[in-house]
Amino acid sequence: MANWLFLIPLAPLAAAVINFLFGRWYIRDRAHWLAILGVAAAFVLSVAAFAQVAGDGEAISQHLYTWIPAGDFQIPVALTVDQLTAVMLVVVTGVGLLVHIYSVGYMHGDPGFYRFFSYLPLFVFSMLMLVLANNYLLLFVFWEAVGLCSFLLIGFWYRRRSAAQAAKKAFVVNRVGDFGFGLGVMLIFVNLGTLEYTGVFEGVASLPQGTVTLIALLLFTGAIGKSAQIPLFVWLPDAMEGPTPVSALIHAATMVTAGIFMVARSWAIFAASPDAMLVVAIIGAATAFVAATIGLTQYDIKKVIAYSTVSQLGYMAFALGVGAWAAAIFHLMTHAFFKGLLFLGAGSVIHGMHDEQDMRHMGGLKKYMPVTYWTFLIGAAANAGIVPFAGFWSKDEIIVGAWVGGRPIIAIVGLIAALFTSLYMFRVVFLTFHGEERFDRHHVKPHESPAVMTIPLLILSAGAVLAGFVGFPPENGAFHHFLEPVFSGHGAEAHHVSTATTLTFGAISTVIALAGLGLAYAAYIRGSLNPATIAARLGPLYQLAYRRWYFDEIYETVIVHPLYRLSVWLWRVVDVQIIDGTVNGVAALVSFTAQRWRRVQTGLVANYALAIALGTVIIVGVYLIVGSNLFQ
Amino acid sequence: MDGFPILSALTYVPLVGAAIIFFWPKASPQAARWVALGASLVSLVLSLVMLAGFDTSASGMQFVERFEWLPALGVSYHFGVDGISVLLIVLSTLLTTIAIVASWSSIQHRVREYMITMLLLETGMLGVFVSLDLFLFYIFWEVMLIPMALLIGVWGSANRIYAAVKFFLYTLAGSLLMLVGIIALYQSYFEQTGIRTLDVLQLQQGNYGYTFQMWVFAAFFIAFAIKVPMWPFHTWLPDAHVEAPTAGSVLLAGVLLKMGGYGLLRFNLPLFPDAARDWAPVIMVLSVIGIIYGALVALVQPDLKKLVAYSSVSHMGFVTLGIFAFNAQGLYGAMIVMLSHGLVTSALFLCVGVIYDRGHTRLISRFGGLATNMPVYASFLGLFTFASLGLPGLSGFVGEFLSILGAFRAERAAGVIAFLVVIFSAWYMLWMFQRVAWQRAPGEPPDANDPEAKLAADEPRPVMGGAEHGDDVIDPRTFRDVTWREAMTLAPLAVLSIWMGVYPQWFMNFLRTALELVAKPFGGIGF
Repeated sequence: MANWLFLIPLAPLAAAVINFLFGRWYIRDRAHWLAILGVAAAFVLSVAAFAQVAGDGEAISQHLYTWIPAGDFQIPVALTVDQLTAVMLVVVTGVGLLVHIYSVGYMHGDPGFYRFFSYLPLFVFSMLMLVLANNYLLLFVFWEAVGLCSFLLIGFWYRRRSAAQAAKKAFVVNRVGDFGFGLGVMLIFVNLGTLEYTGVFEGVASLPQGTVTLIALLLFTGAIGKSAQIPLFVWLPDAMEGPTPVSALIHAATMVTAGIFMVARSWAIFAASPDAMLVVAIIGAATAFVAATIGLTQYDIKKVIAYSTVSQLGYMAFALGVGAWAAAIFHLMTHAFFKGLLFLGAGSVIHGMHDEQDMRHMGGLKKYMPVTYWTFLIGAAANAGIVPFAGFWSKDEIIVGAWVGGRPIIAIVGLIAALFTSLYMFRVVFLTFHGEERFDRHHVKPHESPAVMTIPLLILSAGAVLAGFVGFPPENGAFHHFLEPVFSGHGAEAHHVSTATTLTFGAISTVIALAGLGLAYAAYIRGSLNPATIAARLGPLYQLAYRRWYFDEIYETVIVHPLYRLSVWLWRVVDVQIIDGTVNGVAALVSFTAQRWRRVQTGLVANYALAIALGTVIIVGVYLIVGSNLFQ
Repeated sequence: MDGFPILSALTYVPLVGAAIIFFWPKASPQAARWVALGASLVSLVLSLVMLAGFDTSASGMQFVERFEWLPALGVSYHFGVDGISVLLIVLSTLLTTIAIVASWSSIQHRVREYMITMLLLETGMLGVFVSLDLFLFYIFWEVMLIPMALLIGVWGSANRIYAAVKFFLYTLAGSLLMLVGIIALYQSYFEQTGIRTLDVLQLQQGNYGYTFQMWVFAAFFIAFAIKVPMWPFHTWLPDAHVEAPTAGSVLLAGVLLKMGGYGLLRFNLPLFPDAARDWAPVIMVLSVIGIIYGALVALVQPDLKKLVAYSSVSHMGFVTLGIFAFNAQGLYGAMIVMLSHGLVTSALFLCVGVIYDRGHTRLISRFGGLATNMPVYASFLGLFTFASLGLPGLSGFVGEFLSILGAFRAERAAGVIAFLVVIFSAWYMLWMFQRVAWQRAPGEPPDANDPEAKLAADEPRPVMGGAEHGDDVIDPRTFRDVTWREAMTLAPLAVLSIWMGVYPQWFMNFLRTALELVAKPFGGIGF
């Protein structure tokens, strides 16, 4: 028991609510104080929780109240911190705090300043609750709540049509994933009668194989949406419409990893279904590859990093799919540092370039913004998997995990994607910071960002350098030992990885990463390769990547437009013509017959007398024929 | 409070208020408003007192008032409430009070008559929920119909007469079928036992043959299905909502639709369990069709009120879906959906009313960018948008999830298809929100520092709304934010919606014993 756990999410929630209610009139441009205070408090408490879990080696929990008591469907609001949650807590609040501090500089002077510092802590609250939940329905609640925050922050500059569209798209596409996730939750309840993690994981063994596979795949559908895997990744690049700190925190470091977290949390279900694992691995590898190819061709600096995020999430997913649970969480953690760093660095560039995002209008920025350049370079090296930066350790472990997990093809796809990763990452570095200055020097005066923005960059770059070492030596580091209690039991067996394998893959990865670096250097610095010529030679393949594999176009023509036309048809034809037509038809018929009958009421006594006489004749006639025996 | 007829009191206080206004011909419009507000407030307070005194652990009817009325016919004056009706009564008194406040300045024409109509409507609605005698029930059911039709027909907008007549005839057709059902039931019970009675609780003890059940079930069912409204009996609803004044829409969506679900729970299930079980597949199919169909049609509505009306068709599908799952989750879900829909959809109609009063149009395309000049309004609209699309933590989610879970448990396919609506509901609600509160007013150029400004320079943008439609179109940029009075109508609904989402247990405790009783003939699955 730890009855102070509720304070972790409460602190940012309080900041969010107060800023939202009073920000416009009273707090205004002081809103950041409360937000930073709330998130800092959450960070300190998270570290305390982490220390306690690390010290005792046991999960701590707190039951708050029963949320939904519907007969045998009893859902508590209860928090629990085990090793996995502890890692997530520290990552979320740590990166969250840095992003909050950075935003003070980035959002300075924005008319929605208070709104920003209300939504951002609200997101931290939701994300904390998501990782703290002890049952699937509560997880689902905050799964959607982070989606709400994402919606509000993508659409933060709501007057732009593109931002509003992107916000709606993000929410609706995520709802497609949530549809599957929700069904998975229902299926768990119907089969096991509980949604609390411990009970569910114990009960999984008793279920038939088909049911477990179905549950696992449905849950993974949710992760496909939230963690931007193929085929639902289309929302994430559009989400870059939001302010850059939002992209760093929500669409790189934390929220998009919720799907990875959820699958890792449910590893007992996935581990019980090899078929589902294979699907996860294939989708993850495909995502890693496809997104990396798209990243090679984009010119918007944030878009490249966004596709890089999708690709890295793909790595995490296929780590899960091959059973390298700890490696997936390890990569999640290192990725939070270096990708947060890259986005904040990109934000610093955009800020210093007066809202320019197109790399074709950049170049040579190294001398104008040295801190941004060096920190960005560290982030890029970590992302590209250069020894000894953080990304190297975790990515390498994933590829090794795929190899020893009996999925060599997936390991190879991972290596190919790693080449692209290195290439696109250094393409960004060279296009942005090196070479000739391609901007209009009369109007754009690039400048370094203020300290409130560069200090978070420095802290994060320290993380991007050092975070990898908690996982050293590979497969056997402090990080792995810490997570071991979570990913053991339920009949799990760890693959043994020989030192030779580790070293071999380390060498291959290094060569590949350096090859990517070399290619980028040749193409964008030395000019010995001409990217335009290569693109022309690749022809349709280049177009495929540049057009983002036509996912958006396909959805637009195959789903959105037909559905829209169906809806119009349902309304105009079925509703108005058929159903309402019938109703009005009945009314018209009644009215029509009534009009006819009205003619009978002529008002002439003679007519009435005739009718009476006729009626009498008829009645008597019928009586005589039917009722009496006169004619029989 | 023992012996004080609190149910009669809260039901007839509005009637007394109506009488005061009626017999005070010199009353100024302002005086009429205050009398109406006072009467509805007294009724609201009485209903809260009743709620406070309600024993959630007891089974059966509470605050019962019963005496013989027309003994020769077996008609008794029988009032009482259980968990199902007690919350609906408070919802009705609350929404009536809010509706009267909401009409304070938007109704300027025949104010006395309007307030009388509102109060008569309140008495009718409350009577329906407290009556435990079919004779009384039927009277209140019909009484309520007339003021509602008048609200639409007298204080509605352009095409009001058509809408009022359509509403009246549709509902009347249903209630005549119900009347036939009531008479058949009365006769059958008399033939079985030799006792003439119309007492609901007593009639539930009867033993009705299968064929009889099937037919009489259908008679009741159609009356309630029209009220809900279930697909395909729903086409009166969009017309009625579009033409009705704001307060009329609030009560129509908030309370009147609930009578369908209430009737099913109170009469159809307890009286005809065998028929209910056999009709259930048909009803589930219709519910699922309604859920998806309503959402899709809402997607393409250009008119705000029609959008909300079709979303009601979709939401109310969850009520019937949940009820005919016959398990704990479904029944709880159905009740919570009714309560949540009563709060949220009413609030959405109030939101539409706020901008209708300023812009004199309901077309979505005429609005835009309201979050800039109406931030408080946009916050309310956003909250109710998300409550309506079922965001967890707000009221909509709890009911919808439980109802679908119930359906999923009873009949997989129904649950799966109905759950698809989470995608469409997010789509149509957010698209509406985006076009009304976000983006820019029609014809407004992009901001100077907006990246879209660069794009706009290249491609010509169509100018919508604005000058080409002539004189009476008012620029949404000139709208003032909500007044205090408007905020006071929205705030209680917002608080209740959050409360119901965060702590639904409080509401569900009232329902428990009553729903257990409903589920008993069906095996009490899930309790």
